[in-house]
Formats: sequence, structure tokens, C-alpha cells
Amino acid sequence: MSKPHGLSRRLVACAVSALLFAAAAPADGQTAPNAQGATVKISNFTFGPPTLTVHPGTTVTWINDDDTAHTIMAMDKSFRSKPLDTGDRFAFTFTKPGEYTYFCTVHPMMTGKVVVKG
Amino acid sequence: MDKTVESGVSRRGLLKCMSWAGAGAVWSVGGGLLASASLDAALAASSPSPSSSRTFSFVQVSDSHIGFAKAANPDARVTFREAVARIKALPERPDFIIHTGDVSQLSRENEFDDADQILGEAGIKSFHVPGEHDMLDEGAGKAFLQRYGKDTQGDGWFSFDHKGVHFVGLVNVRQLQAGGMGRLGADQLAWLKADLEARASSTPIVVFTHIPLWMLYPQWGWGTDDGAEAIGMLRRFGSVTVLNGHIHQVAQKVEGTIAFHTARSTAFPQPAPGTAPAPGPIVVPAGQLRSVLGIRTARFVRGDADIALVDQPLQS
Repeated sequence: MSKPHGLSRRLVACAVSALLFAAAAPADGQTAPNAQGATVKISNFTFGPPTLTVHPGTTVTWINDDDTAHTIMAMDKSFRSKPLDTGDRFAFTFTKPGEYTYFCTVHPMMTGKVVVKG
Repeated sequence: MDKTVESGVSRRGLLKCMSWAGAGAVWSVGGGLLASASLDAALAASSPSPSSSRTFSFVQVSDSHIGFAKAANPDARVTFREAVARIKALPERPDFIIHTGDVSQLSRENEFDDADQILGEAGIKSFHVPGEHDMLDEGAGKAFLQRYGKDTQGDGWFSFDHKGVHFVGLVNVRQLQAGGMGRLGADQLAWLKADLEARASSTPIVVFTHIPLWMLYPQWGWGTDDGAEAIGMLRRFGSVTVLNGHIHQVAQKVEGTIAFHTARSTAFPQPAPGTAPAPGPIVVPAGQLRSVLGIRTARFVRGDADIALVDQPLQS
């Protein structure tokens, strides 16, 4: 790629971020959407971020960083992981807009939410 | 609901009342009185007495987590085998062993196989209630139930009588709800009600389950959402002992005639309530691991309806 004029490139980048922010930043200030993929880390018996907002078509990957097993189970049972040992991952692609609350069946106090909006 | 359970004592007050026993403490419970004695004295008292034919003991093991192999314990099989060796070395042969759940780490067949093989080395009849780690197979607990659920009701609960004592095994790890804690469910509570109705109030009752039945530390999910209903049914009995695991440490509380005791794990310790960011495994120096793991012996001495509990570490 040829080197663009510094100013115009920065302006474009600014405009794009502003648009992205305006279009999709959730009101509660949680994670911004990512078109390619998003990650939820499981650490100290919590899902981080607890609420993740993504566009339809996003693949969300959970990674277990804890020294104990956890699971991912959707309240509406639309997705469910096998037990995740330390370092294990689980991925699910969200196609339909909506709010998906999930929890860990081993430690049901652990809850999280994925918000899918276009 | 809280008022019914706690008879006007605040939850904070009850938490303050709970004491944390050190290695080798002994708790003798009868009529709501709690007394402690040294481990040596208790083991000496454990020698069989020919005069009381109904005196007997049983052993509780918990949270063997077979399959666990992390920094907190490089092989949970090894320490479980040591626990079984402790049982075999007891001065009085226990009538049976109760495993209060989390037999396995991930509900895998080979984990259950290994656990059965190791516990089988004791050559003593055993009873099992599941922990949440035993519900992780595709069938959400079917693997456990096929193995241990032969003479059980519903999803694995059961009761039996032994030498004048009524034993009840409850399952509080099934169909757990998002944001909730342990749960018994209406069907199991209905069964419990009918099961207890047939018993005289003078019958000593021992209940065992995985997650604490009372609200030990709700912030970490250490309680049973509908446990209060079960506790309410147990109130009329003169001597009730509730044994559980899940929290990997010894803790007890007495509420009227009901005594609650949580047991050590044979695999790894967990932090005392609120002393860590999360209730996960604690890594202790290798030389100290066996001092925080252990087994529990319960001994009934008939005539005074007391149950004496000895919490014995794998290594003093």
C-alpha cells in the first residue's frame, strides 16, 4: 500500500471511528463491536467483559484462564460448550440480533451477556 | 424465608458464629451442643466397644476431583489413594463410606473409573451424591447416575436406615439456574417431606449433599437456594447432622438441633470465604498440601445419640 497523505488518512480514520462509535457503542459503555471476532476471557470466576456487544455474524471466543473447569451455557440453550479446562476455548457465531444471557453450569453465579445488534 | 431458617439471628451474626477448625479438631454434637476434643483423644475413644452393639462409624470423603492435575495438585489420584489408605488404617473399620461429590473433575468415564478403582481398594460399601463437576457429561449427570444411581430416586437422591440412624442423600447440583446457587427442586423436596414424615422425631438424622445446604457464603455461590425448605423439614428432629463438601475446607455451624459440617477435599484446598478474588484452587507449598486435605470419620455411640466427627488430615 502506498503511503497516503498523513492528514487525509487521519481524518478518514477519525470519521470511521466516530461512525462506528455512533452506530454501535452500547449505552452502558461496554466493549465496542468487532466485525471479525471478539473474545471473552474467563478469569477469577468472572466473564470479561460481562457484557459484550457485537454485530451479527461475529464469532465470539471464550477462553478459560482459570485453574478450574467452566462451561458456557445460553439461558435459551441456543449454545452450550463442553467443559472448558484451563486454556480451552469455545467459539460461537452469533447471526441473529438479540440479547443472549449465558452462565457457567459449574458455577452458576457466573453470568454474562452477548448483545447482538446490526 | 431467611427468618424461618435462622430464627431471628441475622445472616451476619451466623457467619460470625461459624468457626474455622484447624487440623485434627474434633466436634462432638448432641442436642445442639458443640464440644471439641483433641484428635488423639478422639481416636483413642474410637476403639470398638463390645458393650454397645449399635455403636458404629462411617467415613466421609469429598471432592476427589479425579482428573485434576494442576499446580494446586499435580495428580488428584495420588492424594485420593492416600485418603483411602487412611480409611484402611482406621482403628475401627467403618460400616460404609459416603462420598459427597465432585468425584471427577470433568465427568469423564476414565475419571470415574479411576475413582471407583481407588475407592474400591478400601473394600467398604460406598454411597455417592454428585457434585457439579459430576454433571458435565453430555447427558448432564447421566454418566454419574448410571454408575452410582442404582437404588436412588429421581436424579439420584435416596435414604436408608442403618442401626437406628436415618441417612438421606440429597442432590443439589442439578438443573442449576443462571445467577443461582445449589438447588434441590420441588420434586426432590416433596420426596424429602414424605421420607421424613414417616420418622419419629427421636430418630437421629444424617443428611449428606454436595453444596452447603445453608447460606455459607452466597457471594461465592456457597449455599442452596431452596435449602431453607429442607432445613425447615428437619427442625423437629432431636439430632440432625448435615454433611457436605464443595468448599474444600472444614467449617461448621449449629442451628438448634441441626449441625452443619463441610469437609475437606482430597484434591486441593480453596480459600476461606472472602479471602481471595475467587473460590478457585489454592496453591500451597508442596510439603503442606497434605495438611489441608483429609477425610472425616463420624462415629455414633448409641445410648447418648451423639455423633462424634473427626476431621483427619492426610498428613499431620
